[in-house]
Amino acid sequence: MSTSTQAIQDLASREYKYGFVTDIEQEAVPRGLNEEIVRLISAKKVEPDWLLEWRLKAYRAWLAMKEPTWGNIRYGPIDYQDIVYYAAPKRSPALQSLEDVDPEIRRTFDKLGIPLDEQKLLSGVAVDAVFDSVSVATTFKEKLASLGIIFCSFSEAVQQHPDLVRRYLGTVVPYTDNFFATLNSAVFSDGSFAYIPKGVRCPMELSTYFRINARNTGQFERTLIVAEEGASVSYLEGCTAPMRDEHQLHAAVVELIALDNATIKYSTVQNWYPGDKEGKGGIYNFVTKRGTCLGVSSKITWTQVETGSAITWKYPGCILQGDRSVGEFYSVATTNNWQQADTGTKMIHLGRDTKSTIVSKGISAGHGQNTYRGMVKIAKGASGARNYSQCDSLLIGDQCGAHTFPYLDIKNSTARVEHEASTSKIGDDQIFYCRQRGLSSEDAVNLIVSGFCREVFRQLPMEFAVEAQKLLGITLEGSVG
Amino acid sequence: MADPLLVVDHLRVRGGGREILRGIDLSIDVGEVHAIMGPNGSGKSTLARVLAGHPDYEVIAGEVRYKGRDLLAMDPETRAREGIFMAFQYPVEIPGVNNAYFLKAGLNAVRKHRGQEEVDAMEFMALVRERMTWLDVDESLMNRAVNEGFSGGEKKRNEIFQMAVLEPTVAILDETDSGLDIDALKVVARGVNAMRSPDRAMLLVTHYQRLLNYIVPDVVHVLTDGRIVRSGGKELAFELEDKGYGWIEAEPAGTPRS
Repeated sequence: MSTSTQAIQDLASREYKYGFVTDIEQEAVPRGLNEEIVRLISAKKVEPDWLLEWRLKAYRAWLAMKEPTWGNIRYGPIDYQDIVYYAAPKRSPALQSLEDVDPEIRRTFDKLGIPLDEQKLLSGVAVDAVFDSVSVATTFKEKLASLGIIFCSFSEAVQQHPDLVRRYLGTVVPYTDNFFATLNSAVFSDGSFAYIPKGVRCPMELSTYFRINARNTGQFERTLIVAEEGASVSYLEGCTAPMRDEHQLHAAVVELIALDNATIKYSTVQNWYPGDKEGKGGIYNFVTKRGTCLGVSSKITWTQVETGSAITWKYPGCILQGDRSVGEFYSVATTNNWQQADTGTKMIHLGRDTKSTIVSKGISAGHGQNTYRGMVKIAKGASGARNYSQCDSLLIGDQCGAHTFPYLDIKNSTARVEHEASTSKIGDDQIFYCRQRGLSSEDAVNLIVSGFCREVFRQLPMEFAVEAQKLLGITLEGSVG
Repeated sequence: MADPLLVVDHLRVRGGGREILRGIDLSIDVGEVHAIMGPNGSGKSTLARVLAGHPDYEVIAGEVRYKGRDLLAMDPETRAREGIFMAFQYPVEIPGVNNAYFLKAGLNAVRKHRGQEEVDAMEFMALVRERMTWLDVDESLMNRAVNEGFSGGEKKRNEIFQMAVLEPTVAILDETDSGLDIDALKVVARGVNAMRSPDRAMLLVTHYQRLLNYIVPDVVHVLTDGRIVRSGGKELAFELEDKGYGWIEAEPAGTPRS
């Protein structure tokens, strides 16, 4: 083993620093899943009948569905009757103000670098904090409300803005969509809701921070963002979980709706617990994210930095329905140790002169397996549609794998579709070159990796780009090969 | 009198399963420019890389003292920070990493090691602009990714430019002249000559005498089959040009002059 190999391996063995557990009194529903549980969750959230009915329809549909097996991922069977589908901190009835947040939870978020005091927050970011199944705090609400922007927990939206929720819920990801999205539709507990009214540009980043704490609990959040005509918003989500020996299931759904000339930018920095060096524990992350560019010239951009989870299965996509609408997907996915990621996007071109861009960067280290899976579909009526896809893989060491599955389905002869792919290895020569200029091996790897990811990082809001870069450094520590 | 700056003593090195350097002795003092010449496969690039700390080689005997310290015990980045610079024969591409950013990271790593303040972006750009004039380097080169899409000449010029910014104590140029046309060679030579200083030593590794028309060495060594078989003044290079390496190889390996 060369010295640089040693350095990469040392780098990869750094500890997951968000792995602590918060000791707090929990209220949970009994383990397992049946109609009673679905009713119980709905009752706890004092939901209207139509929503309970929707959940029950989803649950019944789910019973007839099979867990998908087409992903390029391997994991043991998930016992859906052994999961607790709802857990909440006990002292969390409707908060009147941020001061009411349980001090233990407040400390948890402080520790994660997400202080919930508005004066301590990054001035340009409003945060919704979700702890296990429920939202515990949303900051800057009043300021946003003065512009007509609604930013609150999903549960609160159901109570305060039922018409909006009812109009859009399930319109992008129907409750019959797929095994995991359907499960989420039946049991989702909380999440974020954002609504940007006509012509309003949201003046700050909206952000949701998800934290799984409880043992044996699944997290099933649901996020819905609607941007009315001419509105624009940038939204960021982050997530962490304690280190636990058993796997935990996370099955979220995100729906975005952009009307005429609206813009939604959705960025994710996913850092769920990835499991230990032997592959023990870690989050199973099965997520359905989709946006509809409903209006003309609307635009949805997905940016994701996926560094955590034992298993990642997600394909944030865009349905480009409005003429001249634009969909973008920028992704960095890292797998180290025994992590597996099967991720990519779906771009469905329905409207005329629609345009999509896909830039995917997969980094594999250790025994990590990284798969890009993407679909570009151009419908018959989508004249003048264009797509550009670029999928690059970077391998660190010789135990890992990179796989690419691009699917093209083109029904209109005027379409222009380009696909480029590359696979490269961090070479000992590159590392030696950097070291000869005075950089340590660790800095060399970080430099090479961040160069590889540059096109994606520059899509992220400034503060988060820095965060993401650091996170990547931590994830890859000890991985040089 | 103090030790010479760099002393290579009976150095034997293995790489790729065979012994490439079979007992090298070399002594370079500060202010001197030495040229190492030799046919392909003689081990001259190996010598350059071993001095820089390339991990592919195994030192099986001998030692190297730099400023009186054991150079071989230092890792490559420590050697770089202590003032050893190598201009690569094949400079490596690092896609997506800005050339200026890369060089600034290197410069600050060196400065930090020496207990100097790190330079900020303004100071750095001022230094860069000054050194660019030595080498006819275009400013746009700074904003491109490290060596990515550079022509052969641009890569070599970028190496010498990095050397000019990093200001090493020992500069090792590994076949910097290979693949350069005469104009590019002159530009590179001008940069190297501008770097000649009583505080700095240089080691030029080259196959051809051509480079030495522009950078005149104090000492020329001929390396064949892993040994220095002859050392002399600059006139030795001309002799080689006339007679070829076969002339030396044909002679019995005597005790090298030093």
